Amino acid sequence: MSRFLAFIASRLVIAVPYLWLLVFFLVPFFIVFKISLSQSAIAIPPYLPVFRFNEGIEGLLRGLRELSFENYGWLLDDPLYVNAYLSSLKIAAVSTLLTLLVGYPMAYGMARAPHSLRPVLLMMVILPFWTSFLIRVYAWIGILKPEGLLNQFLFFLGLIDQPLIIHGTTAAVYIGIVYSYLPFMVLPLYATLEKMDYSLVEAAEDLGCTPISAFWKITVPLSLPGIVAGCMLVFIPAVGEFVIPDLLGGSRTLMIGKTLWDEFFANRDWPVSSAVAIILLLILVVPIAYFQRAQARAREEEN
Amino acid sequence: MAGTWGRFNIVALILGFAFLYLPIILLVIYSFNESRLVTVWAGFSTRWYVSLFSNRGLMDAAWVTARVAFISATVATVLGTMAAVALTRYTRFRGRLLFSGMVFAPLVMPEVITGLSLLLLFVAIGFERGFMTVTLAHITFSMCFVAVVVQSRLLSFDRSLEEAAMDLGATPVKAFFQVTLPVIFPAVISGWMLAFTLSLDDLVIASFTSGPGATTLPMRIYSQVRLGVTPEINAISTILVGIVTIGVIVASLVNKRRRVRQWRDEQTAAQI
Repeated sequence: MSRFLAFIASRLVIAVPYLWLLVFFLVPFFIVFKISLSQSAIAIPPYLPVFRFNEGIEGLLRGLRELSFENYGWLLDDPLYVNAYLSSLKIAAVSTLLTLLVGYPMAYGMARAPHSLRPVLLMMVILPFWTSFLIRVYAWIGILKPEGLLNQFLFFLGLIDQPLIIHGTTAAVYIGIVYSYLPFMVLPLYATLEKMDYSLVEAAEDLGCTPISAFWKITVPLSLPGIVAGCMLVFIPAVGEFVIPDLLGGSRTLMIGKTLWDEFFANRDWPVSSAVAIILLLILVVPIAYFQRAQARAREEEN
Repeated sequence: MAGTWGRFNIVALILGFAFLYLPIILLVIYSFNESRLVTVWAGFSTRWYVSLFSNRGLMDAAWVTARVAFISATVATVLGTMAAVALTRYTRFRGRLLFSGMVFAPLVMPEVITGLSLLLLFVAIGFERGFMTVTLAHITFSMCFVAVVVQSRLLSFDRSLEEAAMDLGATPVKAFFQVTLPVIFPAVISGWMLAFTLSLDDLVIASFTSGPGATTLPMRIYSQVRLGVTPEINAISTILVGIVTIGVIVASLVNKRRRVRQWRDEQTAAQI
């Protein structure tokens, strides 16, 4: 009896979260795909065809014939969308690189800090990650505006006599992404750097390596898993970022997350926004799969 | 050790942390500004906190958000813990690859995609948008974060403890609740806190899945921010930052005490 109960329990532990994710994570993608093949219409819901169960097979077949890839052709023809995809990829790539440049020295400094200090430093990196994303982006508006705190400060120092225009430009988007995603970069980097055996670096230096070339030849290759994980954690969500380009970027900063949002909320064109989402997903499938493989491998090793 | 911690490292840390904290500190300081203009300092005042509490729209939204966050964090913790146990304990079952994929993908999935896909699901099955749909959406993405947090604790958990309990006659279910769960409990709690703050924080997914009457606090803040920076937003941000900071610090202190006690117990056990 108890063996039977244990069996049931073990099945439930798998089945309940599995079913939940199937229904609320996987199935919705198929619905998005289906709607991306539909046409926009003035109706509730605002697309055609709508499949209803009471219309039977005939209704189903008629509906299927109405589906088409028209939206995709239209998207790929329109330079606005193509540019939005390309510029999102570019902005995400540049900001990932900048985040790495800011995050690596921090993670390195943390990993070399005295043992007693490390938990406090770790906590200080995690804390901003717990506070609201929206609020942290909002904080930068007050800093970067033409009459904002940064310009006031630079005026005070006498470094400028004209306010710097940063808010509303792509530069502001870079700052926002680096700032918001920095903990995602620092944490995996710190995890690999902390485990590293620094006697290897010392050995290299004893054998005549300069500290800088020892860093490039030993520290960087050994921390590569952390670099990859950190870059993925920043790059993938940054491609589809909405809040940062919307609040910090200007009308000329094209990002696909914002395009999708406007298509959905301003134009109420559900089929086109679905097609935008599907293409974005196809672009991100490769990095996401790579990230998952890396994650799974790291966990297997721990096991 | 201190010798190898060079000046470069210290400078990197100071600059890095200044970058991380300065914007938040400035935000907090300017929430106590008398002036309506956020960037001109005109003396200390708490007027924006007073006006905050008479802002019905914001207060209603805060109440909706608190309920959504509490319910979704609780359900997500149960589901996420189950998923973590499934992933660490059962290394072979049909569809495990798909399962682990579905657990890790939401961590990096752009929010606009998750939000849109959930909305279209709710529309397709004829679910009326509102409180329920936001809560379901938040459960879905935050359970994955809980699963990751709990999973990393489970991986370092010594399974022989559980096996010992079963050798002494406990059923696997009983062994889990009486041996495993108490040990991984700090991770479960931090999973809950993470789920709670993720829900508290979410703008994009809530905007897609919410309906009339279920405007959450980030949605309300966002619509006010679009109209311009106001000291009231600084005030509510300060309150939120304060709550989260206190929560995280208390949790880490409790955790530390637990660990010290656990370590002492283990030492005592080793001596016996």
